[in-house]
Amino acid sequence: MSHKVKLTTLGILAAVLILTYLWINIGSNWSYILPRRGMKILAILLTGSAIALSTIIFQTITLNRILTPSVLGLDTLYLFIQTIVIYLFGSATLTMMNSYTHFLISVGFMILFATLLYKIFFGHEGQNIYFLLLIGLVFGILFNSLSSFMQVLIDPNEFQILQDRMFASFNNINTDLVWISTVCLLLIFVYFLRFYKFLDVLSLGKHPAINLGVRYNFVVKRLLIIVAILISIATALVGPITFLGLLVVNIAYEAFPTYQHRYLIPASILISFIALVGGQLIVERIFTFETTLSVIINFVGGIYFIYLLLKERQA
Amino acid sequence: MKKRYLLTALLGLSLLSLFIGVKNVTPWDLIHLNETQGHILLISRIPRLMSILISGISISICGLIMQQISQNKFVSPTTAGTMDSARLGILISMLLFPAASSLTKIGIAFLFALAGTFLFMKILDQIQLKDAIFVPLVGLMFGNIISSIATFFAYKHDLIQNISSWLQGDFSMIMEGRYELLYISIPLMFFAYLYAERFTIAGMGEDFAKNLGLNYKQVVNMGLVIIALVTASVVLTVGVIPFLGLIIPNIVSIYHGDQLKKNLPFTALLGAIFILFCDIIGRIIIYPYEIPISLTVGIIGSFIFVSLLLRSRKYES
Amino acid sequence: MIEVRNVSKAYGQKPVLENISVQIPKRKITSLIGPNGAGKSTLLSIMSRLISQDQGTIHIDGQEISQAKNEELAKKISILKQENRTNLRLTIKELVSFGRFPYSQNRLTQEDQQLVDQAIDYMNLTSIQHQYLDQLSGGQKQRAFIAMIIAQDTDYILLDEPLNNLDMKHSVQIMKILQRLVVELGKTICIVIHDINFASCYSDYMIALKDGKVIHEGTTEQIMDSSILRDIYDMDIHIQHIQNHKICVYFS
Repeated sequence: MSHKVKLTTLGILAAVLILTYLWINIGSNWSYILPRRGMKILAILLTGSAIALSTIIFQTITLNRILTPSVLGLDTLYLFIQTIVIYLFGSATLTMMNSYTHFLISVGFMILFATLLYKIFFGHEGQNIYFLLLIGLVFGILFNSLSSFMQVLIDPNEFQILQDRMFASFNNINTDLVWISTVCLLLIFVYFLRFYKFLDVLSLGKHPAINLGVRYNFVVKRLLIIVAILISIATALVGPITFLGLLVVNIAYEAFPTYQHRYLIPASILISFIALVGGQLIVERIFTFETTLSVIINFVGGIYFIYLLLKERQA
Repeated sequence: MKKRYLLTALLGLSLLSLFIGVKNVTPWDLIHLNETQGHILLISRIPRLMSILISGISISICGLIMQQISQNKFVSPTTAGTMDSARLGILISMLLFPAASSLTKIGIAFLFALAGTFLFMKILDQIQLKDAIFVPLVGLMFGNIISSIATFFAYKHDLIQNISSWLQGDFSMIMEGRYELLYISIPLMFFAYLYAERFTIAGMGEDFAKNLGLNYKQVVNMGLVIIALVTASVVLTVGVIPFLGLIIPNIVSIYHGDQLKKNLPFTALLGAIFILFCDIIGRIIIYPYEIPISLTVGIIGSFIFVSLLLRSRKYES
Repeated sequence: MIEVRNVSKAYGQKPVLENISVQIPKRKITSLIGPNGAGKSTLLSIMSRLISQDQGTIHIDGQEISQAKNEELAKKISILKQENRTNLRLTIKELVSFGRFPYSQNRLTQEDQQLVDQAIDYMNLTSIQHQYLDQLSGGQKQRAFIAMIIAQDTDYILLDEPLNNLDMKHSVQIMKILQRLVVELGKTICIVIHDINFASCYSDYMIALKDGKVIHEGTTEQIMDSSILRDIYDMDIHIQHIQNHKICVYFS
């Protein structure tokens, strides 16, 4: 099968799943149900594409297929922010707070943190990129210790509200946020298109890329900022969903054994649609909302990751 | 770094630790202890001191052994998934055998910690890029995965807040009758001392070890068993203490090089001092309340770790 | 001409290059020689802007490279480092096509395709052009990377230890190709090379570095001299004339 045929197949599969999701058991009350489901689907599509795209970019830059942008520590920072708000002001504030304000605060802090991290990193010449990631991870542990300290002190009822935010969920999507995220993501995508052509060359490595005329530091810095923004928006919209990217991108690599991003990017985005919409169908119809999608995805994605590590000799 | 100074510091801090607390016990009282004061010392203060010392020493030494075996300065129970695996084990034992004795629990936690560390070592064999920084990166991600599996089960049973309070490293709940499991570590540490040279040789690689007539697999497995047992007992009684096994051996190695046998006593002393110090800080900073040890060590430890990283990069270039 | 003016570079406290000024002559093969740790690879990387110098400037055809646009430089100068361990599963043809990136980015024109085919042909790789890099032998792989450089079509080609890990037959093959590139296509080539006899037989000009300084430079004829070589390598090296070549015998 050529890559194009495979892509079309994936596209059809994704479309079928989306339509199924929209119309299954819709009953007579469709004018009420359909827009609500439409919102969920839109949120799923936004998150899916943001996570898939950011993971692909990230792995291309780091020349590594087993890393996820979550090692930058953004997920743990998000949880930390949520914990602080609930700890200091109580869950009432969090629920009452204007959803825009809350969204902007979360996104703003995450991007600020990422920028600071990059600043430290790009301050010195010739740094190993894994160094940046390890520092991100250390901060992740730090945020985690701080959050769990506060979480223990939080009243169990309040904790319930916090817990809802600890796992990505498409069940209670805030409509306003979907629209603002759509706009943000479209803007960032347009910005990304300027750097899209460098991805293939970047996957050769730093020196070959410079040799072929890429302004390496300039381009990589911007791509990393794009990654941080994509992750921040997706996380603030639905919550942290750590291993989704790892899962879908690696499936895309297996299905499309090529280095060309014009296949890899759409493929991984479509696969993430399929995983998310299919997963949501399973959560709603089979588990009847007993668990959240992200818990399942982290579970499956995590096990798949260990399998990947053990299976092939990674470099 | 002289052993003499370290010992003095340890002694001083230990005494200090005995006399800090909500109930006032001063050194002068030792001469004529009244009944409550004696009780406090025996039931709470001394067990606390002992558990701090034992966990500080044993986790640091575990880190040292792991670093020797894997030949990577940044591998430790925190960065190889050992802590997270032990945690998963405890969660599983809570779910499956809620009434089990702590000995059963530690058994299960031990098996998980062993399996997790073993799996990580297998992964380490598989990856080609043995970059000093890449390996802990993989290890930390591996740990994240293990804990996401734990979360999966905890979420299903509504135990998330429970396990985070349960497994947060904290000495304030230590009392007589609740910490004695930690004594398992003491014979293990003697064992580690006897095996020290073998760990160093095994760290040079399988071929190298074979050349010197050493049973590589056996030595490595022995090391992993020690690490898993110690980690399981500490996680079960005290909770997760991040970074400790990572930073202490690294600081010692900056001053004393990498000869394991020589380093062991220093690592043990420094580990105990560091964690005692963190505990005392945690106890006085918001007195009469306490900040749990995992947080103080988490904050101080992450800064030390980052500066160690920066330092190692300076050496490289 | 590539001109290095007063370049210095230190890693941390340790100076690697100290006030280097040399010129790489046009349409010649220039060998950078010298003992381990002399700074040869660092100099090569600085000349090709892979790493930046602490002091000094590099000029290519009179233009200072820090002022030049990266895309334009990529059409003028190319560098092949030894660590070409790309993990990508690429075929030879895909790899060579990357050489056209500076000209057409990802959309190769008809002309680009032709140049790619020519480069592959030039390196005698046409019959295996659809094989993956990880299936190739060391010599084939090296030729594939050189084909990419040829497709990149730059006047200046810098190679860092191009003979590393190659046997004699393949080493000779590569050096002959480099000679052809100079003679037939008018390229200027600069290589870092350890085997002094290969340098002697195939290069026109030599620059000797030691402890971060240029201690000798000149034509191959001039440098291949017992006393100069002793100065460079701190050992006695006898020179034998064999078939118009100066061959070093340094086994004592």
